Amino acid sequence: MEKTDPFTTLRNNTRARVALGRVGDAIPTKAMLELQMAHAMAKDAVHGRVNFNDVANDLIDIDAIELKSAAIDRGVYLRRPDLGRRLSEGEANKLEFGEYDVAFVIADGLSAFAVQKYSANVVNETIPLLNGLKIAPVVLVNQGRVAIGDEIAQGLGAKIVIILIGERPGLSSAESLGAYITYGASVGTPDSARNCISNIHNHGLLPIDAAKKIAWIVNEALKIGLTGIGLKEAYPTNYIDSDADTIQIK
Amino acid sequence: MPNKVNLLGRLRDNFYKSLLLYQYFYYSLGMGKYRAQIGNETYGFSSLKQVLAYASPLRSGDQLSGVAAPNAAHRVAARYALADIELKDFLSEDFAPYETDEVTRLIFDSHDKDAFKPISSFTIGEFREWLLDWETDGAMISAAAPGITPEMAAAVSKICSNGDLIQIASKIRVVTKFRTTIGLAGRLSARLQPNHPTDDPKAIAAATLDGLLYGIGDAVIGINPATDNVDACITLLTMLDALREKFAIPTQSCVLSHVTTSIEAINRGAPLDLVFQSIAGTQKANDGFGVSLSVLKEAQEAALTLKRGTIGQNVMYFETGQGAALSSDGHHDMDLQTVEARAYAVARAFDPLLVNTVVGFIGPEYLYDSKEIIRAGLEDHFCGKLLGLPMGCDVCYTNHAEADQDDMDNLGILLCAAGVNFMIAVPGADDIMLHYQSLSNHDILRMRHLLGLRAAPEFEEWLIKMRLADEKGKVPPLQFNNYAVKQLLSEG
Repeated sequence: MEKTDPFTTLRNNTRARVALGRVGDAIPTKAMLELQMAHAMAKDAVHGRVNFNDVANDLIDIDAIELKSAAIDRGVYLRRPDLGRRLSEGEANKLEFGEYDVAFVIADGLSAFAVQKYSANVVNETIPLLNGLKIAPVVLVNQGRVAIGDEIAQGLGAKIVIILIGERPGLSSAESLGAYITYGASVGTPDSARNCISNIHNHGLLPIDAAKKIAWIVNEALKIGLTGIGLKEAYPTNYIDSDADTIQIK
Repeated sequence: MPNKVNLLGRLRDNFYKSLLLYQYFYYSLGMGKYRAQIGNETYGFSSLKQVLAYASPLRSGDQLSGVAAPNAAHRVAARYALADIELKDFLSEDFAPYETDEVTRLIFDSHDKDAFKPISSFTIGEFREWLLDWETDGAMISAAAPGITPEMAAAVSKICSNGDLIQIASKIRVVTKFRTTIGLAGRLSARLQPNHPTDDPKAIAAATLDGLLYGIGDAVIGINPATDNVDACITLLTMLDALREKFAIPTQSCVLSHVTTSIEAINRGAPLDLVFQSIAGTQKANDGFGVSLSVLKEAQEAALTLKRGTIGQNVMYFETGQGAALSSDGHHDMDLQTVEARAYAVARAFDPLLVNTVVGFIGPEYLYDSKEIIRAGLEDHFCGKLLGLPMGCDVCYTNHAEADQDDMDNLGILLCAAGVNFMIAVPGADDIMLHYQSLSNHDILRMRHLLGLRAAPEFEEWLIKMRLADEKGKVPPLQFNNYAVKQLLSEG
């Protein structure tokens, strides 16, 4: 007889849900409930609401304004990504044009938890690294997708827009933040013209490290006058991820 | 002699006749040649493509692209119109321009008129009734398949209930072979999907062994690589092949890289069983995947030269999914399901071993909830089988869709009733690389045992030899001192 559980070998080699055991043909109760809880947290992240007042209060030494996208609620937001990419009618008028170097946009995206927990922190860590640059008031957007930053950049007259947004939650993390950096953004800018930093959370890329990467990309983009594929090629390591908001087929 | 009253009557009749004539021209020219008269209401449609789009069951992707029917009555009216349209009419109207779309050219140029003959006089409504008729068996449907275009298949599916889709598909067997025989009656195969976010060989091996212990892997052991380059692909292929050889497992392996990566891996002598590619139903959408019919042909020919199949030479593996064409703006105003069916015309040109729709993967802007996902899964399986494909399904969902594991249980069992060739299984249903949920190894096991379905015969024999399965092919819960556990885990 084996003294040790040979399935330990499987479990030690991957964080996939291997060696769960069986009750009849089914998954044992505890393992089944663990999967349900992970899914429940992901669902709550998708359908949760960001308290943008708290986010604004967490920002240090910078003003914020709150805007709405054209997607009136979460149901519309999920069905109509095109509406989440545009501001609601009249909202653009609330943006004051100011020839800024950098604008930060914080949008709820698909994880309210991520935005609530990390977005202000990333802005606060990034600003001190952007020496001498003129920074616009932070724009907070309800029901926003990545490309809504394009219309905001245009309205503010910002050279670079940094959008911080809740990523689609997985079962391992429901509170992951993404950052997308776009130079010269205007409505219709393709996703290939952005750089993305993903997986920002306490068990992934820490906000302080994300801030360093964002600042590096911003400074580089101001030098070469672009973001996206061109900047990606110039970057020495591979932490900059693929295009934003596109559909991935397995 | 006509009196005054009669004269007035005739004038009135003529007035009504001219009104009818006016209506006829109005609908022919203004509202298009397809229409349905329901009570006092006349519904017009500008093209065959629009009839199909309006007739499609409601789903978010068709609303997103703006091709969905404006309301529920209009949707059913389109089904009335569709039921009266003849199959022949589909041979004179292209859904994407013949001149610029190679998929349209493939569909028309490969249409088999002899196979079409027995069904050529049917309307879509009659076609549905023929498919359901007790007198129509699977062999008759399979014989007609080369004469059925994807648009015809999509059209008839739109006037089929979920039950119809299941019952008709269950008549049709499409059997393919490489090292296992897939698609036989009474069998349910499964793809073992041991994905890992960094392609860690140890983690992939662990998930593979885990799946084998549940009797999974007779369709294929198939990895979606995190990194798509030739070196990474060859590393994984070599590892899977060594594992398969070591335990003499009668199955095939696949690394789901881009087709050009697979061609290069073959050129470098890698032990490649199957060439994989994601495909869609128009040239523009396939451009988005970086593929064309010619590169698929090149890949198939390269894989055939290796002669690695022991009992058959079906060397291609395709994945598809409603919404793929729209996401690359390559849908030509077709509805999600019609353009998806056209992807099956691409697949069937290459004698694939496996084809599956990844039905809930694409997200709620295309298929919003479990009702839409389940319907789409049944449609895709039905259309694939009707067109002669060895159809399987990745029964799955993402965390922003309105669906959960219960819905996957439902769709899995419905697809078993429909006679699905294979489904995909992931440890604990949780794919830690692609961040979505599919079926678990347990789910496949349950469906086999619950519904009396068995693994592919060659693989089942191996399971019995390894004492993982009993003599009837059932896989009992493992004991730690089980022979197979010792074999696989101590050496693995």
